[in-house]
Amino acid sequence: MTQLLQLEDRFQARIDAEQKIEPKDWMPDAYRKTLIRQISQHAHSEIVGMLPEGNWITRAPSLRRKVALLAKVQDEAGHGLYLYAAAETLGVSRDQMYEELHAGKAKYSSIFNYPTLSWADIGAVGWLVDGAAIMNQVPLCKCSFGPYARAMVRVCKEESFHQRQGFEIMMTLAHGTPAQHKMAQESLNRWWWPSMMMFGPNDDASPHSAQSMRWKIKRYSNDDLRQKFVDVMAEQAAVLGLTIPDPDMHWNADRGHYDFGTIDWKEFDEILRGNGPCNKERLDARNKAWNDGAWVREAATAFAAKRKSATA
Amino acid sequence: MNTEFPLWEVFIRSHGGLQHKHVGSLHAVDATMALENARDVYTRRQEGVSIWVVPSNAITASDPADSDAFFEPAKDKIYRHPTFYQVPDNVKHM
Ligand SMILES: [Fe+2]
Ligand SMILES: [Fe+2]
Repeated sequence: MTQLLQLEDRFQARIDAEQKIEPKDWMPDAYRKTLIRQISQHAHSEIVGMLPEGNWITRAPSLRRKVALLAKVQDEAGHGLYLYAAAETLGVSRDQMYEELHAGKAKYSSIFNYPTLSWADIGAVGWLVDGAAIMNQVPLCKCSFGPYARAMVRVCKEESFHQRQGFEIMMTLAHGTPAQHKMAQESLNRWWWPSMMMFGPNDDASPHSAQSMRWKIKRYSNDDLRQKFVDVMAEQAAVLGLTIPDPDMHWNADRGHYDFGTIDWKEFDEILRGNGPCNKERLDARNKAWNDGAWVREAATAFAAKRKSATA
Repeated sequence: MNTEFPLWEVFIRSHGGLQHKHVGSLHAVDATMALENARDVYTRRQEGVSIWVVPSNAITASDPADSDAFFEPAKDKIYRHPTFYQVPDNVKHM
């Protein structure tokens, strides 16, 4: 008992001293579990996140846009891999994580359960969704768990191109013909509130946050990050000449921040419960890809075994 | 239905003249696939000029629980560092 307390104290002291925790170091069970949950959910989000954008690859309006979108979606696959690998260092297997995702037991970011209805949505996703992801991810580069932090450094390096390509699409449409401008505005209208939800529940409704902050997995609260997002996006929307669909959004000189309206958390909860517009479609697509790939995995294993016995 | 491919550790030389550095890991059926996947995942932006892949289970690591004792022998040997030695201020190029 006392030995466990001693280990926990020493662990927390290392965290407080900004030392990194590595996979083979002693760690509390709850720290391990929290990280496995968070990193695997993050990995699933990268993988499922390829689906709404993959939807437009064949219909990109130019070759330039197409190669950019292909490269972005390919990056997201890489992000998924870095993150799965980081989670595996904690003792969970890749197959276990896949099984949970495919069985609908694992969570991933609610944002990817919305459909991409027009080409402008690819712009909005890059600008807003990758923008929100970057804001969430930059502080994770300093997360106390070494493999997660290192994976996030790579991810963040790659993300900035994602947001810029999205912004460029929005810029082109917003300053294009009136029909294109309208398309960009409608897309912003669709994606604004779901993007705001990406920072998670309000701080007073986020029970695990305090512990994650103490463990330095999390560095800023959900509401702080959301405010930062609002302040940045308000100005970027003005550059685009688009209107953020929030009548309550105003500059507040006293706070030095933009005020904004209330999020519809019922919609968020419904999506988490599996009732978003695309939850079923996303899960079906992942299951199909996994099942359709079974023969490829079997063939690769058989081929490797054959080659090995030929050289032995 | 355990179909998981073996795990590999990936090391990359970012420029000629530098050492290989661990960048991450991946699953692959064999070394050839591990190399090709490592190229596709870890060098999409010319991050490397050379890649090593090593089966993860071939690595022997020191145990962090023993690291105090394990690294102890080097701790008190301050005479292995240049600052241990007194040299007058007016001596240059040393
Ligand atoms: Fe990503
Ligand atoms: Fe991204």
